[in-house]
Amino acid sequence: MRAVLEPGFFDSAPVRVALLVGGVVAVVSGIVGTFTVVRGQSYAGHALADISVTGGSGSFLIGISPLWGFAGTSVVAAGIMDMIGVRRPRGRDLATGIVRGAGLGLAALFLYWDTTHTSTTGATITILFGSMFAIDTSVIGVVAAFSLAAVGIVAVLYRPLLLSSASTDLAVVRGVRVRIAGVLCLISIALAVSLSALTIGAILSTALLVGPAATAVRLTSRPGLALIWSALIGLAATWLGILLSFDSYYWPPARRGWPVSFFVVALILIFYLLAQARRGRDGKRQCSPGS
Amino acid sequence: MFSGFMTNTWTVATIVAVVAGVAGFFVVLRGSAFVADALPTGAFAGAAGASLIGVNTLLGLGAFSLLGALGIGWLGRRGRHDVAVALALVVMLGLGALFLSFSVEYAPEIYSLLFGEVLGISVNEIAPVAALGAVCIVAIMAMYRPLMLSSVMPELGEAHGVRAHRIEMCFLVVLALATSMALPVVGALLIFSLMIGPPAAARSVTDRPFLAMSLSVVLALATVWTAIAASYESNWPVGFFVGTIAAVCYGAGRGWAALRQSRLTRSAPIGGAHASRVPA
Amino acid sequence: MTEQRVAASRDGRGSWNSRDDVLSVEGVSVRLGGREVLHDVRFAIQPGEFVGLIGSNGAGKTTLLRVILGLLPVGGKIRFAGTGIGYVPQQIHLDPDMPLRARDLVGLGLDGHRLGIPLPSRSRRKLVDEMLRAVDAEHIGGARVGNLSGGEQQRILIAHALISRPGLLLLDEPLANLDIASEQEVVALLARIAREQRIAVLISAHEVNPLLPVMDRIVYMAAGRAASGPTDEVIRGEVLSKLYGHHVDVIRVHGRVLVVAGRGDGLDIPVRHHADTAIADDADTA
Repeated sequence: MRAVLEPGFFDSAPVRVALLVGGVVAVVSGIVGTFTVVRGQSYAGHALADISVTGGSGSFLIGISPLWGFAGTSVVAAGIMDMIGVRRPRGRDLATGIVRGAGLGLAALFLYWDTTHTSTTGATITILFGSMFAIDTSVIGVVAAFSLAAVGIVAVLYRPLLLSSASTDLAVVRGVRVRIAGVLCLISIALAVSLSALTIGAILSTALLVGPAATAVRLTSRPGLALIWSALIGLAATWLGILLSFDSYYWPPARRGWPVSFFVVALILIFYLLAQARRGRDGKRQCSPGS
Repeated sequence: MFSGFMTNTWTVATIVAVVAGVAGFFVVLRGSAFVADALPTGAFAGAAGASLIGVNTLLGLGAFSLLGALGIGWLGRRGRHDVAVALALVVMLGLGALFLSFSVEYAPEIYSLLFGEVLGISVNEIAPVAALGAVCIVAIMAMYRPLMLSSVMPELGEAHGVRAHRIEMCFLVVLALATSMALPVVGALLIFSLMIGPPAAARSVTDRPFLAMSLSVVLALATVWTAIAASYESNWPVGFFVGTIAAVCYGAGRGWAALRQSRLTRSAPIGGAHASRVPA
Repeated sequence: MTEQRVAASRDGRGSWNSRDDVLSVEGVSVRLGGREVLHDVRFAIQPGEFVGLIGSNGAGKTTLLRVILGLLPVGGKIRFAGTGIGYVPQQIHLDPDMPLRARDLVGLGLDGHRLGIPLPSRSRRKLVDEMLRAVDAEHIGGARVGNLSGGEQQRILIAHALISRPGLLLLDEPLANLDIASEQEVVALLARIAREQRIAVLISAHEVNPLLPVMDRIVYMAAGRAASGPTDEVIRGEVLSKLYGHHVDVIRVHGRVLVVAGRGDGLDIPVRHHADTAIADDADTA
């Protein structure tokens, strides 16, 4: 046990903050991510994550916490995406790709200005790969607020979202305001993405949004259970990642510790592949004749 | 800006633009925007790993991009295509971060790998890049017919013995090579802009393949040259200019298409399945 | 137009504007994309009636259904009285990965519009089980909706529509992709439900014969126009000719109906054969 839990793990303040904030963020991402995957909006999450890079980079220029930068841009982008009706078809893939490119180009510029005009160092790393062990305790309140909002939205809209993902027509006939539910869900995704951008970085945050959820839907066919699994898997990946990163402090080659976001993301992939393998084994049983 | 070490950059950039223009035409045609985005991040991991070991970076890039391409092809066969690609992409980025964390020059390295670097091209990179470029172009030309068939009408292609999966893999490999070439100049995160913007704009103007490809190359050249010049003058990152100009290209293409559409008289029956394949 | 009114009032069920109508469609016209897709459609449905909405593709059936459901804006009046409409679409497309079981989808028919986190409730579960039983789908209650076969999915969609105890059940081409045996099963199931639960059923189809045994009334559509009334009175040469706008013959063979229409250019094309002979349709799609 000692080998796994290095001495001083829980004594370290950054570790405690990381466990708390990282844990909360993982649960939020898992829950919101389930709806993302169920609604087939993974690409939207990815796009929002990239766009939030721009916001995060800009935040240093005006001296606010990157969380506001992430959230500000991605929520606005979510609104715009809903307005122009970004959906799956090929044309939209290209358009989103172009917009993301422009956004990343702008982020490049902001980061350049960050290093030349402000006194921040390591802005690039912070924005792109997160600041799990360097979270400013003053943002914990904001993290809590965003978390409550993101989870609150999908909790309140639980049934309408589920029904409209199965069939828009059925939802409309039942009286669901599909349009409003849709935009609120996008906003929830934007908030979740911003939160995980803070901990594991904007370009990696998609993994925490989509990975555990995609894994969970392979493990169970019950919606409620899928939500719970997704949150637990995200939490496990995050906490294990934090632990491994802490332990890796003396590992070769640099003896500086391996990045926590790498561990988290790698663990998410491993869990996903494990679930895939399991399904492949007994997947044949689920196919019904004629389907 | 045309002196000394900059000539390397211009040369490499020109080759990159030509390849991007040609390969990008098919990327847009096949709607593989997502994949074109995934490969460069794999290349990023490769570059990071290679710079760590001290290998000639282009080799590292190429190797990892190829691995990435094969990985995507493999993962894409099982499970849900999007989730698989997304996760693989992210893990490769994570790996890149890991490799770079081992080296001393952490931050600037990441930056130039992701967003491009005008000054970083050395003279002994020109030959490998030219070779890679030639291989890419030749490969695409050799695959031209099956590639077109499987992109536009997969069922017809199947009937002609074109196996969609094999073509997809071959194309992915070519894309991997193309992105390895482009990465040092343009940066991992902006390669796909270069591969999508100019070709999409070209396709908005014309449907005829060779014309669209040529136009795509011309636009890609214009994009890259402008970006390099601007970056040199202002010191601002190359990636910024590439991303912006590519967006402008794309927007102009869409605007042109919309203008042309509104000028056409509204005629009745729709031509058929082909019309719906044009994404732009 | 007069023909249709005569047909309706002759059916002895009272005038078609009677107050106990479950559904009353009055003068509904719809334009889509510059074309008039529905023209002055009028009919009414009474509680417990089994009505077939018959017409070929492009006649306007789906448009009419969507208008009744409120999915499309309407010119004309649609009055609906009763406890709600249950809608059974032809098909829904779900990923096999989607974590939604058949019983979950059925349950959402009851409270899919409600906000807030649902608490597990025994009475709700019993109701869902009851519905599954009513459509002979108990054994697939725990299966993912994305994994169901076409016929299984249809039963679940029917249960989803029924669970809210609607006064009218609307089905969009439920027989379209079924073989004859399944066709008969579904028709028998629906007839039984309509009878036992006093629910009016409006079912659209492009083939009249499978429904002949159970239909109380027919609404026959062609080119956006409709004629409604008892089957024998509507499926007649003169009525349908008026509807189609050119000469149409109706042939009866062994209790089955064959409608033979001619196109304007003089070609004779059978509008409908028996269900298992697929004939390419002459009308353009709506």
